[in-house]
Amino acid sequence: MTCDALIIGAGHNGLVTACYLARAGMKVTVAEKNDWIGGAAVSRELYPGFTYSNCSYVCSLFRPEIMRDLELPRYGLQILPYEGGVVFMENGDYLGMFRDHDANRREFARHSPRDAEAYDRYSRDIMRHCRFIRPLLMRTPPDPSSFKPRDLSELAYLGRKAMELSEVQISDMIRFWTMSISDFLDGYFESPVIKAYLAVSAIIGTALGPMSPGSAYVLLHHYMGDVDGNVGAWGFARGGMGAITQALKASLEASGGTIKAGHGVEKVLVRNGRAVGVELDNGETLHATRVISNMDVRRTFLKHVAADELPSDFVRQVKRFKTRGSSGKLNIALDAAPKFTALPEGAPNLRGDLHFTDTVERMERAYDDWKSGHFTRDPFQDVMIPTMIDPTMTPPGKHFMSCFVQYAPPRIEGRDWTDADRDAFGQACVNQINRFAPGFKDLILHMEVRTPRELEAEVGLTEGNIFQGELTFDQLLFNRPVPGYAQYRSPIKALWMCGSSTHPGGGVMGAPGRNAAAEILRDARMGIDMSDAYAVL
Amino acid sequence: MIARLHFNKHLLETPFYPRTAPLNKHSEWGAWSGHLSATGFGDTEMEYTAIRNGASVYDLCPMVKYRITGPDAVAYLDRLTVRNVAKLTPGGVHYTVWCDDAGKVLDDGTLFRHGPQDFLLCCQERHLPWLTDATLGFEVAVEEITETIAALSLQGPCTASVLSAAGWDVSSLRPFRMTKVPFDGTTLTISRTGFTGDLGYELWIGPAHALALWDHLFTAGAPWGIRPIGSDALNMARIEAGFLIAGMDFIPAEQALREDRVRSPFELGLDWLIDWNKDHFNGRRALIRERESRASQWSLVGLDIAGNVSAEGSLIYHAKQKEVGYITAALWSPTTKRNLAIAHLKRPYAAAKSDNLWVEIYALRELQYVKLMVPARITPRPFFTPARRRATPPGRF
Amino acid sequence: MPSSDVIVIGGGPNGLAAATRLAQSGRRVTLVEAQPQVGGGAATTEFHTGYRTSALAHILQGPDARVASAMKLDAHGLRLSTPLTTAVPGIDPLTMQGTFGKVSGLAATDLAAWSELQERLTRFARLLAPMRQMTPPRPAAKAGNDLWNLGKLGLSLRSMGKVEFRELLRMLLINVADVLEDDLTDDRLMGLLAFDATLGAWAGPRSPNSLIVYLNRIAAGETLTLPMGGMGSVAAAMRKAAEAAGVTVLTGSPVDRIDMAADIVIGVTLANGENFAAGAVLSAICPRRTLETLVGPRYLDTGFIRRARAIKSRGGAAKLHLALTGAPHFPAADLTWRIVLAPSVNAVENAFNPVKYGEVPDAPVMEITFPTAHDPSLAPSGHHVLSAVVQFAPHAPKDRDAARAQMLQNTLNVLETAAPGLRPLIAHAEILMPYDIEDRFGMSGGSWHHGDLAVEQMLFLRPFAGVSQYNTPIPGLWLGGAGSHPGGGISGAAGWNAATQLLQGAKP
Repeated sequence: MTCDALIIGAGHNGLVTACYLARAGMKVTVAEKNDWIGGAAVSRELYPGFTYSNCSYVCSLFRPEIMRDLELPRYGLQILPYEGGVVFMENGDYLGMFRDHDANRREFARHSPRDAEAYDRYSRDIMRHCRFIRPLLMRTPPDPSSFKPRDLSELAYLGRKAMELSEVQISDMIRFWTMSISDFLDGYFESPVIKAYLAVSAIIGTALGPMSPGSAYVLLHHYMGDVDGNVGAWGFARGGMGAITQALKASLEASGGTIKAGHGVEKVLVRNGRAVGVELDNGETLHATRVISNMDVRRTFLKHVAADELPSDFVRQVKRFKTRGSSGKLNIALDAAPKFTALPEGAPNLRGDLHFTDTVERMERAYDDWKSGHFTRDPFQDVMIPTMIDPTMTPPGKHFMSCFVQYAPPRIEGRDWTDADRDAFGQACVNQINRFAPGFKDLILHMEVRTPRELEAEVGLTEGNIFQGELTFDQLLFNRPVPGYAQYRSPIKALWMCGSSTHPGGGVMGAPGRNAAAEILRDARMGIDMSDAYAVL
Repeated sequence: MIARLHFNKHLLETPFYPRTAPLNKHSEWGAWSGHLSATGFGDTEMEYTAIRNGASVYDLCPMVKYRITGPDAVAYLDRLTVRNVAKLTPGGVHYTVWCDDAGKVLDDGTLFRHGPQDFLLCCQERHLPWLTDATLGFEVAVEEITETIAALSLQGPCTASVLSAAGWDVSSLRPFRMTKVPFDGTTLTISRTGFTGDLGYELWIGPAHALALWDHLFTAGAPWGIRPIGSDALNMARIEAGFLIAGMDFIPAEQALREDRVRSPFELGLDWLIDWNKDHFNGRRALIRERESRASQWSLVGLDIAGNVSAEGSLIYHAKQKEVGYITAALWSPTTKRNLAIAHLKRPYAAAKSDNLWVEIYALRELQYVKLMVPARITPRPFFTPARRRATPPGRF
Repeated sequence: MPSSDVIVIGGGPNGLAAATRLAQSGRRVTLVEAQPQVGGGAATTEFHTGYRTSALAHILQGPDARVASAMKLDAHGLRLSTPLTTAVPGIDPLTMQGTFGKVSGLAATDLAAWSELQERLTRFARLLAPMRQMTPPRPAAKAGNDLWNLGKLGLSLRSMGKVEFRELLRMLLINVADVLEDDLTDDRLMGLLAFDATLGAWAGPRSPNSLIVYLNRIAAGETLTLPMGGMGSVAAAMRKAAEAAGVTVLTGSPVDRIDMAADIVIGVTLANGENFAAGAVLSAICPRRTLETLVGPRYLDTGFIRRARAIKSRGGAAKLHLALTGAPHFPAADLTWRIVLAPSVNAVENAFNPVKYGEVPDAPVMEITFPTAHDPSLAPSGHHVLSAVVQFAPHAPKDRDAARAQMLQNTLNVLETAAPGLRPLIAHAEILMPYDIEDRFGMSGGSWHHGDLAVEQMLFLRPFAGVSQYNTPIPGLWLGGAGSHPGGGISGAAGWNAATQLLQGAKP
């Protein structure tokens, strides 16, 4: 039996592609190695009664066009904006974030009256950059080395868009894309803690420090999303991040697609330079007219495709593709809400992201540790307690806490992580939280610690890189994943890519999956209505 | 020092809140620069009437205020703003604008000169980074002091009488001048300024003395029917007076997301403020280029529109076809009995091609919008400018 | 009042080149230099009785071909050493010819990969080289861009072929460490290349965008030489060339301010109160100092000042001078060579890390020359001078004196390990930290380039958007120092480009 499309990996991008193809009338099968689906967008009960978003943990980037096209709300997806946010400071004070503009201004003014009034211009400037780049997310990147009409017209589109901007804006934009977030923030703010808070989005998931050039772009990558039109806002998926992939699964099944979970793909079968199916690790063979890999590009082509089927230049570029993981994760079941001594009673800030790194310098030093192959003893953590907002994930009064931690290298001084390393890593993070919330340790009912090693072993992300490849210019746009193959196609006919290794990259965005589907359908001369990128008036 | 618990109140109460709150019959409050500000006290029509007939009181506390002091204060402000500050003598006030490097308006405001080296700049938006960055090379200090001054705007034809009854003779106080009088153990500053285009004064005092001032004023003003007004009534008066509000009639240049939204003083009809003969001021080179190459894209005009349906938010067409502008503020003016609007028009539709302008109005009538296309003609601002506005001494009304 | 057509401020290589270019085109030019001698960073100093060395820059790469031919520096007395070989010393030494030339001593496993990489990067560098002689294009229509040369550049990019063009786009903003580690394994070579790539930059080899900074360096010239008599001889020859072209050179004449009348430049006033009238002023000193101090904010707009103050100017290099009573011994290296001590990519990166926090690295990396091995007259007979650029050094440590002492100590430790027995030969040691360089040469932050040479400060962003074509919003005021495109180095290119723009009468 042959299906029209076989998708390797039931992560969110694989499922997005699958849904679009199924809706267009293809017979679609998704093969998933784990016996659960979702990849890194998953909710799992790892402690009785507690749902963990144990990989990705917040949602903003997931494209509303996709939710709408695939009717995900109908299949149970609900996105909840979150509130607040706080940086706990070494001196016992804190910087809180407030959704209310004036409350936020006054909070900033506690730290610097000037910065309080600088924040509006900063937000305006970031939004200007977002407005330019957002429409590019849902477009296949042109190949600048090609003279094909489609590439030329797409390049012309980009050129026209750029020429709509003034000289000052173009200059500012190029400067912004190439500089470090630390230097960029210096242009607006003086307060170290305000800079530390705003630098966060520039390092999440990245093998860069806040002082690395190019980190400002990463910030943009995290600001390009929105919650119901509120650009830059972040939220939770009700029921954990698995709610996204569960809704995709339901949507897929409603359009007649099937998911085969529990057996990984051993290899992609290639006949006469054309992908014809896959062989599973139980020896089963699945035939397909086309194969689409949601795995990262290194895993796909270095592990599951025979090297002699690929041009050596391509293999070489794939080997060069950088997937260095930089983060770890703690998932914690809590008996009660932790009490942070610095925060006054009634502060809404725990309903958002919690940080314990109050200077950009501390973040950068943690990055220096990563570069030299160590996890850091003074980690940067992006902590969330989604159960402050989402009542579905734990028993009442109990909480689930997600701690995203930087920096954790893929290997420790060139060797693999050991269990002892992992435990020490987890302990460093817990100790940091405990310093600001005495008694926190005693609330822990269960804790899962994940280093890049666990992330790779379980979810299959090479080196534990959450973006399936670093977000530096050499791996963005037409360079992603490798030059000449940025249009979701591979050197092998009928073998496609749809994961975050492709444009526009990682984050639970779904854009690579949709763009890949658009290319596949175009290639198959099949049409389907896809809603336009939301109008940016 | 801002309290850590500030977040319990997103909008602060002004020092006059203990008096305004009980008077606010419908609890109509809006947000103004982080403060609770009454949009009305229950009857906008009577509030408006107080402005044009008796004496009205508007709580000005949330207005953003910067104090600028130091030996270079004049030079600094001359570089910052387009008007000639050296010509503003101590005790004087003037309306002014300041621009970014491209000559686009950052904000407008009133500048009070309290002493040779002591100024107060009042405006709608917040500019501390710009104002501080501009101090480089000047011996001058800039301080944001919004919450350290309580202010009331006393507007209306009887306000001089009210002040006189309160014990303060302001008969010789000319427009745009101020005087200081002792009150409640402190100094009360009275300036002959306002935002209504009518006779009026603004009163400035330390927050601790705010309630005493209020009580004194309302006792003295009772015979003239003194009453508090909200921003809805004030807005009617200010449109009639042809005044602009940042964020409503133009987007301050540092806030504009879209590049075509910023406006130069020429494009806002404020180029008369510019002193071309003084030394360099911010945006001067760009403004000279704009003037010399006639590069202005827009004009800000007053419109007199047929009919009586207010044209708020309407688009303007030339020959009912080509979209040539938009309206930022409009009302049926009770005093002038005209249907007025403040509008941005693309050039040349404000001058050479201003003969065939039409306004598209969506009028809500019993849940249904009715579309009107009505003619409009350009008319000078201010739409209403009574003699009493400038008369010194002000007459008894 | 003395008057001229153009006053050039600053007698460094850029100022001298600009003045010469203007004078050769018939302008009456006065050049004013604050120091008693011209040269700026191109100077020879007697740092210890009887020992002389280049005070800052010590190796000549270039100068710019146009400058060299128009100024006829050899005719004005400039003598150069034979082209330098670079050596990574050790039992198993590695050498490289010129800037990015032939390498010997490389492990066989790396030969093929190196030759491919070298060929590719050289090709990229040669392609980009013409940019150095161009006025940077502005990203706007009708900006007066040099469309002819831009078109030529575009054509040459596309005619590289698809594979190379794609590689260029991929590598444009890549970090140099990844490029090296992708293909090479030899730590000596990788350390050397990582060092060269970040020489004079405020970046480690793992910083994104570090490759293009390296390409820019390679493009500046393919040979390295030492000037006889130290770098001051270059300045002396340039001065003679300038004077031969008719430039009036006034040394010991610090400028107090640039004089303005109604928004237009009318001349300069010296610190001694003397006025000089001119229709134009071309400043070859630091852009930020020119604008903030000499013009002053009163004549400039706040947004413009914001941009000027946002120039990142962080010197990351210290300069070491040792007076040696004899010849030290570096294993398998010749004192006439340029010796680089940078054992690996990580060694360079680790030397960069602490300066981000104002701290001193434990094991700095460095390039060493012995000018006395080429010109024995620089030291007493049989004695030597060691001149080294040591990276990285903090430009703003908490305690300047402590940082300087620590830096010297750590540097000498590295040297002693590389050349055992060197320490007893030291008669005198001087180390100039970035802040010392700022104090002595007026380069803000001690940045040799008058502003970090980084992608966000290159081309139309150098020194910052709006003044990249050497002109400024003030009619008659021009910027032509290292802070402008294409940056520093003893090349004179920025000054030459600026003078060319001035002559073409470009308008703001």
